[in-house]
Amino acid sequence: MYLFISPWLIGFFVFALYPILSSLYYSFTDYDIIHPPKYVGLANYKEMFQNDLFWKSVVVTVRYTFISVPIQLLLALGFALLLNAKIPFRGFFRTAMYFPSMVSGVAMSLLWYWIFNPSIGLFNYVLSWFGISGPAWLMSPDYALYALMIMSFWTVGSGMILFLAGLQGVPSSLVEAARLDGAGRFRIFLNVTLPMISPVLLFQLIMGVIDSFQVFTQAYVMTQGGPNYSTWFYVYNLYTSAFKEYRAGYSSALAWVLLIVVMAFTALIIKLSNRYVHYEGGGRK
Amino acid sequence: MSTIPTAGPGASPSVNKRRRKIDAFSIASFIALVVTTFLMLLPLFFMVSTSLKSKKELLTFPPTFLPESWQWSNYREIFDTLNFGQMYMNSLIIGILTVVGTLFSSALAGYGFARYRGKGSNLWFMLMLSTMMLPYPAIMIPQFILFSKLNWIDTFLPLIVPAFFGSAYNIFLLRQFFSTLPDELFDAGRIDGCSEFRMWRQIALPLSGPALATVAIFAFIYSWNDLLTPVLYLSSSDKFTLPVGMSSFTSSRFRIPPWHLLMVASVLAMLPIVTLFAIAQKRFVEGIVLTGIK
Repeated sequence: MYLFISPWLIGFFVFALYPILSSLYYSFTDYDIIHPPKYVGLANYKEMFQNDLFWKSVVVTVRYTFISVPIQLLLALGFALLLNAKIPFRGFFRTAMYFPSMVSGVAMSLLWYWIFNPSIGLFNYVLSWFGISGPAWLMSPDYALYALMIMSFWTVGSGMILFLAGLQGVPSSLVEAARLDGAGRFRIFLNVTLPMISPVLLFQLIMGVIDSFQVFTQAYVMTQGGPNYSTWFYVYNLYTSAFKEYRAGYSSALAWVLLIVVMAFTALIIKLSNRYVHYEGGGRK
Repeated sequence: MSTIPTAGPGASPSVNKRRRKIDAFSIASFIALVVTTFLMLLPLFFMVSTSLKSKKELLTFPPTFLPESWQWSNYREIFDTLNFGQMYMNSLIIGILTVVGTLFSSALAGYGFARYRGKGSNLWFMLMLSTMMLPYPAIMIPQFILFSKLNWIDTFLPLIVPAFFGSAYNIFLLRQFFSTLPDELFDAGRIDGCSEFRMWRQIALPLSGPALATVAIFAFIYSWNDLLTPVLYLSSSDKFTLPVGMSSFTSSRFRIPPWHLLMVASVLAMLPIVTLFAIAQKRFVEGIVLTGIK
């Protein structure tokens, strides 16, 4: 066995364990990458909590997460429910819905950078059909973060596919039985479908939260954290302090806080999903 | 699902009522789908249409749906701008080598975890799973320092070499798959005097086409779209990957970004992904489901 897992094992020590531990060490030092690190105790952590930009990044990231993730999930679930029913051109709709998810990262950011352009972009043009004159989106501190949220809804197709898979796992006999008992559409959804797909929902919720804690590309390509720090995401803050200001020590402290938060969420998913497996009445093996 | 019970004459009033209700609901949801699909596809449509417009037409508002004159030459022009061809090649090379590395190491480790129970194997497996949740930003600084000590900055090595040491997600996926292969196959191999390594290569791997394809597709897409890692390590423009080069478009070098060329770049950047999707559509969706749900 060790022969087979040895590449991973080496990788684990070199690319995971060593970086984690040394980043913990760096987080207690003053380190500019060129000169050797100098031990400063808890100074980095103390500074972090007094640093305006740190709090700015926390607020931006949390706001983005708590608004966009729930809406994304609702949209994805809604579309999955619609496309799980027998509807003409179902295959076309599924593919069309998923298509935007294939334009990820930088290409999507560039495209939407143009779409949000206040004078020649598509977004305000579409709004004008409804008689709304849109704001300057990415150039406005009040709207830039909302613009990024709107953009994130464009890729709900990938979440929708996960929900579709979950919905297909709901036994139709259960739905039929509920229908014969006189349950309406809404009751069936609430009492049969929703509990059955709750693991998928939970998984996507936690993964969505963890992912949006790590938003970087959009901030880097579209706004550079601005205007006026309105899109100053946590990882963008971390990146800037490490690779623009060369403060590897302080940045490592930021990294450790992120690590702890993500680990806490991971623990949550394991705990909650254990409860679900118990509810199902059987383990996997 | 089917319509068998409607035959009874007594059932007809209530069934008819339900029928009509379902129809109204279906029509409403159909309209909702048509509207949202239209809105979802609109940006994509404009991406392609803008990529064929002339520089002058870009600045017209409202934007024209179809180009007034179709500038196919934009697709030639992009290759004369910003090393686009070079960037494309760089991304392809890095992507393909990442796939090779990921397949090799993850298939080895996945096999090891699936077929052998030894002292400590559970412990290592749990450790492996826990690295799945390790956020990259949390380890990127020490990794950067490590690679700069090795003098690997501004080379492709930091982007490729880690793939040869396996990634937890893919190892887990392949381990799940290898566990489903029947033991009898391997017992037979052992009786025939097969070495453990040969059993991996000649029994396990040939039976794992779909799982390996899923891992390959995901490794490629991840590498193709990644921005943060290449931004850290690549500094000279002839080494840029597509995402790095494209993100430089929005920087201050251009006072008015050349939108038509940006959209050409976006269309071309999407091409490999769409091709992969078209070739392996069914498998692709299965793969998403497989990795997503765990």
